[in-house]
Amino acid sequence: MAMKTKKRGKNRLERNDRLVRLALLVIAFSAVSVLLVITVFIVQQGTPIMFKYGLKSFLAGGNWYPSEKVFGLWPMIVGSLFVTAGALVIGVPFGLACAIVLTEFSSKNVRRVIKPIVELLAGIPSVVYGFMGVIILVPFIRQTFGGPGLSVLAASIVLGIMILPTIISISVDSLQAVPPSYREGSIALGATRWQTVKMVLFPAARSGIIASIILGMGRAIGETMATIMIAGNAAEIPRSLLAPVRTLTSNIALEMSYATGEHREALFATGVILFIIIMVLNTVANATSSRRRRQP
Amino acid sequence: MAIIEVRDLNFYYGKFQALKGISLDFAVNKITALIGPSGCGKTTFLRSLNRMTDLIEDVRVTGTVLIDGEDIYRPGTDLLALRKKVGMVFQRPNPFPLSVFDNVVYGLRVHGVRDGKVLEEKLMRSLEAVHLWDELKDRLDDDALKLSGEQQQRLCIARLVAVEPEILLMDEPCSALDLAATANIEDLMAELKKRYTIVIVTHNMQQAARVSDVTGYFLLGELVEIGETRQIFTNPQDARTEDYITGRFG
Repeated sequence: MAMKTKKRGKNRLERNDRLVRLALLVIAFSAVSVLLVITVFIVQQGTPIMFKYGLKSFLAGGNWYPSEKVFGLWPMIVGSLFVTAGALVIGVPFGLACAIVLTEFSSKNVRRVIKPIVELLAGIPSVVYGFMGVIILVPFIRQTFGGPGLSVLAASIVLGIMILPTIISISVDSLQAVPPSYREGSIALGATRWQTVKMVLFPAARSGIIASIILGMGRAIGETMATIMIAGNAAEIPRSLLAPVRTLTSNIALEMSYATGEHREALFATGVILFIIIMVLNTVANATSSRRRRQP
Repeated sequence: MAIIEVRDLNFYYGKFQALKGISLDFAVNKITALIGPSGCGKTTFLRSLNRMTDLIEDVRVTGTVLIDGEDIYRPGTDLLALRKKVGMVFQRPNPFPLSVFDNVVYGLRVHGVRDGKVLEEKLMRSLEAVHLWDELKDRLDDDALKLSGEQQQRLCIARLVAVEPEILLMDEPCSALDLAATANIEDLMAELKKRYTIVIVTHNMQQAARVSDVTGYFLLGELVEIGETRQIFTNPQDARTEDYITGRFG
């Protein structure tokens, strides 16, 4: 009798365990399936038109006149790449310098104050960054360098600032994850702090730092609101840093509200291109950060 | 002749006093072992000899440490030159995540040697000094982290030998190694003592008895007793040393 109840109790526990496992599995899969649904939807909506008008004219065409059924995405692809590259030119040196100062050249107290503030930067809505850009940066560029002010330069600067928290916090984490014994070994050989950073810590933290840059790049290429507000949005290839530019994300956001028929499909196709670019970046980021895990 | 003279050294972590009025001399080309229970201040003392303790925030030092007659705690001391002269081997082998070659010549590069011929020459001599040359001469481009624990510790010693220090500080250099590797490193220390003055911190009393000429016993931040190793282990003068040596305490 006693044996029987004990056995039944065990069965119940096992059944609970199975139920919990099943529930967690369903939850996990539903998260993944959202991604799946989005992918299928975008691809299904966006690819037919690409093949209808020809992949080449779609990707390499220089004109975007949706009302006349001319869908060339080249200016927007170039625009996204320009603006992202500009953001990296500004964000990477500042971000890495800041990360090095925080980990190697400041006291624990300074770090404890500065790092949360930097992370707070990531929480500011992008529309606020865009607003600051419009109010301060755009007039400044217009008055000092000429042109409309709404430009590649303005977008690069604002996006460069927006990716700082990503670059700084991940780089700080990966520099701090370098075993203290490397630092000690280097200092004990009579190396300066800077030599230690340059010759030991940076190589040791390289994969984390690369991952931080790639994630920052992903953020810059995906940013929409701030870019719409300050980039000028002209659908043509920018001839200079001061010319206005339209990115892939802006293209979708600006026109989706009124687009119908093939125009609408062309915007989905824009999404497909963007999706591919971001997937490539993420895969590279994952590959570099997992390589770090394999060699402790 | 004393190469290091320590006079009334007090060391504080914040309010905690880790070293209390330490005074002792280290003789040239001798191995001095510092023994004592965990937390007695021997590692702190060792690190205060090349000012590695500067890396810790909120520490305070009083007293003098003379190395070659110069007070290393005098303001304006050239720390880079000090650490070149007073090298350190750590508890766990800590080669850099670089190639064997880059590890050994690291100190030289840091101190401004750029000439490839000089680097290769010093590399060979340093690896020979720690008996790694034959094992590693064909693996100079390998990742140093792939070497065995003993090879890594030898490499760390070679890295020091390359910058031609006068003093080697060793902080439990064998604690992460097995018995055979420990014996090999101890043999190496006996050879190195012909050219360097060695200070070794160890938990292992047998090791102190085997390798050292002079032994000092630390307890609760004080230097209880220091003397010829044979005398410390056979005829300690202080009852506390005797308790530790005989295993009644510690």
